[in-house]
Amino acid sequence: MSFKKVLTGNHAVSYGAMLSKVEVISAYPITPQTQVVELLSELVADGYLNAIFVTVESEHSAMSACIGASAAGARAFTATSAQGLALMHEMLHWAAGARLPIVMANINRAMAPPWSIWTEQNDSLSQRDTGWMQIYVESNQEVLDNIILSYKIAEQVYLPVMVVLDAFVLSHTSEPVEIYDQEKVDEFLPPYNPQYKIEPGNPIGYGALAAPDTYFEFRYKIQRAMENALDLFEKEGKLFGEIFGREYGLVEEYMMDDADYILVTTSTITSTAKVAIKKLRERGEKVGILKLRVVRPFPFEKLRHVLSGRKKVGVIDRNISFGHHGIFYQEIKSALYPMENRPPVFGYITGLGGRDVKVEDIIDIYEDLKKRETVEDIIWKGVKL
Amino acid sequence: MIEIRMHGRGGQGTVVASKILADAAFKDGKYAQSFPQYGVERRGAPVVAFTRIAEHENELAVRSNIYEPDHLVILDPTLIGAVDVFHGLKEGGWVIINTPEPPEKFDVDPKYRVATVDASGVAIKYRLGSKTQPIVNTAILGAFVRATGIVTLNSLLRAIQENSPAKKEENVKAAEEAYNSTKIKNRGNYGN
Repeated sequence: MSFKKVLTGNHAVSYGAMLSKVEVISAYPITPQTQVVELLSELVADGYLNAIFVTVESEHSAMSACIGASAAGARAFTATSAQGLALMHEMLHWAAGARLPIVMANINRAMAPPWSIWTEQNDSLSQRDTGWMQIYVESNQEVLDNIILSYKIAEQVYLPVMVVLDAFVLSHTSEPVEIYDQEKVDEFLPPYNPQYKIEPGNPIGYGALAAPDTYFEFRYKIQRAMENALDLFEKEGKLFGEIFGREYGLVEEYMMDDADYILVTTSTITSTAKVAIKKLRERGEKVGILKLRVVRPFPFEKLRHVLSGRKKVGVIDRNISFGHHGIFYQEIKSALYPMENRPPVFGYITGLGGRDVKVEDIIDIYEDLKKRETVEDIIWKGVKL
Repeated sequence: MIEIRMHGRGGQGTVVASKILADAAFKDGKYAQSFPQYGVERRGAPVVAFTRIAEHENELAVRSNIYEPDHLVILDPTLIGAVDVFHGLKEGGWVIINTPEPPEKFDVDPKYRVATVDASGVAIKYRLGSKTQPIVNTAILGAFVRATGIVTLNSLLRAIQENSPAKKEENVKAAEEAYNSTKIKNRGNYGN
């Protein structure tokens, strides 16, 4: 029987991995991710999860161990954050290039220096071109659900997935989470049975040299796999809804039906923005929220469809590409460029280094968006000048 | 929606207290969320944690810190004055203080309601933590429940049983003893 339990976001990750019946876990502890692997090591030690837990000396080695395990046909899992993710960088390319459907949780934490343990998206976004799919989630239930969903999609397109959640605002927040019946999860997520795997007696090579006459095609195929994953996210997200009662898409639309003004959000800022939008709606303002969930592959068509005909779009970024603009702002703009009547897009940067984003901040952003006449690429919200 | 802010010091169990309270509310059939205002924890340093309790899930959507709490829980009375613990507290709010002193000893604005409990004494009696650094979180929750009635004692005790990493029975007994020894100031205009 499924049951509900008050869990932190970190423990929702662990239970998601447990329900996905991961077979190999390799991780190195880092604040604010530590609780994820603490609980997983207990679940393995206590016999609730039949997996091998490989302790390692660094995140680079953790990802290497996952790569070896996945190449051998095991369902592999890891979790990290910030500097740990950066240390994995080389092996992130390796996992995607070798087409290994590893799933990891990355707890968004600001990069040092100066040292910070609080939330910001620059750690995961600086890995966006490694060939990993990325999903940004908003609640602890969405955390657990998307670990399971990620394996289902990863193992069909042979690409790894990063499930991304905010440090502390989600990782250390406790709230009720439904933990599903194992049989139902098994029905949704069958055991991993790859086309090719390293086995004694049946030698194959991973990561061989590809000269200019073949390398190009490997890259083409990764891009095609990403494009195919777009449809899979919708199809499997719908099936997940039919089985578990919670449906997931590429994006989530909130009060968008008749909205002239749209705020584009990711992660937990979305939750707070929903409260703000309710207040604004009570005042008669025609405003809605578009939550971007799946960031790689990027849902270009979906965005063009749902943003068509709007008066203005404000993108809220908890990240920045130094010397450029907010990263989601860039990406939304590029998605809308081919449209004939594209809405003007405004870029807001807020909450860097975990600075609290309040309901009033979102209301201020909306009011600024409504009255602003010329497009601004960066509108700083909450910075002390 | 009811918002509670807890002030303690590293090592007293403040963050766990906020989670136990959320779990107790959940066991009463309500929706709840708890979270720490995270610092880099050091024993003895001021710690803040929050709990939100609501009848409906969608009331809990907000994920920012709590700036205008309905009630306060103060795990260490030396924080009063050292930190602006009363900041933003709503009129009529309960202030639950860990102290052997009666509520009248504290010069708290009359728009607030005060309850005290010797949570340190209770925790030491049940050997929770050490004599010099008792873990007072479960005891002070007993007093919180006695004063506010926001969650039932039964749910609190079950939540303590499930969430205490060690000495489960002792923690339950500490909460019960604190519940029974809570001192409540004349409630004045706030007569419930």
